[in-house]
Amino acid sequence: MQTSTSWRSFRMAAWLGWVIESNWTDPFLFAVYSIVKPLSGAAILVIMYGVITEGNFGSALFPYIYLGNAFYIYVGAVMTGVSWAVVDDRELYKTLKYMYIAPINIPLYLLGRGGARFVVGSIAVLITILTGVFFLNVKINLAEVNWGLFFVSLTIGIIMLALIGLMLAGFTLVTARHEGFIGEAVAAALYIFSGAVFPLDVLPEWLRPVGYFMPTTYWLELLRRSLVGEVANAFPTLSQFSNLEILGVMIGLSILFGLVSIWIFKICDHIARENGMIDRTTNY
Amino acid sequence: MDNLNSNPLTRPYSRKDIGWRLFLKTIIARSYPRIVGQQRELSWVLFEILLPMFAVCTYVFVYRALNAPEEYIGFVVMGGAMTAFWLNVLWSMSSQLYWEKQQGNLQLYIIAPNSMMAILLGMAVGGMFATLLRAVTVTIFGTLVFSVKFEIVSYLQLFAVFTLTMIALYGMGMMMASAFLLFGREAWHIANLAQEPIFLASGFFFPIKFLPFWVAAGASLLPLTLGMDAMRQLVFSSATSIGFLDVATEIWILAGLAVLFIVASKYLLAYVEKLAVREGRITESRR
Repeated sequence: MQTSTSWRSFRMAAWLGWVIESNWTDPFLFAVYSIVKPLSGAAILVIMYGVITEGNFGSALFPYIYLGNAFYIYVGAVMTGVSWAVVDDRELYKTLKYMYIAPINIPLYLLGRGGARFVVGSIAVLITILTGVFFLNVKINLAEVNWGLFFVSLTIGIIMLALIGLMLAGFTLVTARHEGFIGEAVAAALYIFSGAVFPLDVLPEWLRPVGYFMPTTYWLELLRRSLVGEVANAFPTLSQFSNLEILGVMIGLSILFGLVSIWIFKICDHIARENGMIDRTTNY
Repeated sequence: MDNLNSNPLTRPYSRKDIGWRLFLKTIIARSYPRIVGQQRELSWVLFEILLPMFAVCTYVFVYRALNAPEEYIGFVVMGGAMTAFWLNVLWSMSSQLYWEKQQGNLQLYIIAPNSMMAILLGMAVGGMFATLLRAVTVTIFGTLVFSVKFEIVSYLQLFAVFTLTMIALYGMGMMMASAFLLFGREAWHIANLAQEPIFLASGFFFPIKFLPFWVAAGASLLPLTLGMDAMRQLVFSSATSIGFLDVATEIWILAGLAVLFIVASKYLLAYVEKLAVREGRITESRR
C-alpha cells in the first residue's frame, strides 16, 4: 500500500525517535528513568511549598503550581525534542546528510522525532498528575472536568510547541558547538514567562508583557481551568477573561508563532544547505 | 656524533619529564583547555551562566508567590550558583572519559606515559576554576537583582567548608568518571537522570533539614548536601536554626568525604581501566 511522503516521514521518524529514546536500556530502567526525573522536579516544588506554607496543600496556589509544572513537561519534551533531533542526527549519529538526500519531508521528519518525545512526556505528565491526585491533595473531579476544552487546548498546545521546536531546529541547523543549549535556554525562559509555577503578577511589571505574548501562558491557563476550574480563577492574572476568549488568544498566538517558526525554519534550512552545514559536525 | 645531535629526529631528549614533574605537567596540560579553551567559545560561557540564572529566577519567583521569608531567596541564589558545580562535575568530569572514548581520545590517554589520575586531576582543577567564574557571576547577579543580604558568621569556616566541598565533590567526580568508562549509550541518560533527583536530595533550593532524617543523612554522602547546608548557616545568620547538623560536624564529615572519594577514585580508576582493557571497551563506541 502506498502512503504519502509526508505521513511516511512523520511515522518513521516517530518510530525511530521512540527506539532511540527507549532501547538504550531494559524496560524497567527506562520506566524508572521516565518517572524519577519528572517526579523529582515536581517534588522540589512540593517541598518548597510545604516548607513555606507548613503543609497547607489545600490552598489554590498548590494545584496552580503543581499542574503548571506537570504540563510544562511537554515543553521540554516536544519543543526541545524536535530541535534536539538536529543535534542527534548531525553531531552524534552523523546521519542528517542521509536524511536530507532521502525521499522524505525534512520538517515532518523532525516533527516526527518530537512525536516520540511526546509519548514519553505524556507518561511523565500522567504519572506526575496521578501522584498529585493520590498523595498531595490535588483535587481533580473527573465528572467536573471540561474534557472538550482540555483535549482541544492540549492538542493545539502540542502542535504549537512542535512548531516552535521546528524554529529552534532551524536555529540549531545554522549554529555550531551548542548541543542542546538553545532548546534548554528557551524552555527555561518560557518556564518563567509563561507563569507555569507562579502567577504572572509575581513578575516585575515590566516583564509581564513578555508573558502575555507567549502562547504557553494561555495554554497552561486553559489546561488548569479545564481540570480545576475554580482554582485557576483564584488568581487575577487572566481571571477577567472567559475560557473562550483565552482559547481565541491562544489559537491566534499559536498561528502567529507557527507561521513565524515555519518561515524561520525555511530560511535556516536554505542557509544550511547553501553553506554546507548539513553534515558539518562541531561537537564530537 | 655531532651530526646525530644536530638532527632533531635522532637527537636524544634534552630533558625527559618523569615522576612528579610529568604528573604536574599532565595536570596543567589537562586543565588548560578547561581554564583557557572553554572561555574562547563565548556562547558557552553565556549559556552556562544563563541556564542557572533562569533556574534561580524561577525558584525565587515561586518563593515570592508563597511570601517566603527573604533568606529563602538567598538560599535559592546560593543553590543556583552551586548548580553550576554539580553540572560541571556531572557532564565534564563524570561523563568526560565516556566522551573521550566516543571521540577516540581515550586510547591516546591510556598509551601516553602519564598517569590517568593526573589527567583526572587536571580535569578537576580546570573545571573547578572555570566553574567558579560562572558561579560567582550567578551569585553576583542574584545578589544584585534580588537584593540578597549576606551576614557572614565566620570567614575561616566558610573558606574551609567551600574548599572541602570542592575537593570532595571533584573527588567524587573523578570516581564517577571511572564508573562511566564502562557505560555505553546509557551514559548520557544516567548523567541526565542525576540532575533533578540530586537537586532534590541535596536541597539545592530548600534547607535539607526539611527532608526526613534518614533521607537527608543518605543525601549527605553527596558533598554538596552538607557543603550547602554549612554555607547557608555561615552566610545567613538566621539559617542556623534550620541547619541539618552543626557546622563543625559538617566540616569534619566533608574532610572525610574528600579523602574517601580521592582514594576511592585512585583504586576504582585502576580497576576499571584494567577491566576496560581486558574487555576491549577502551575503543568501543556504541551509539
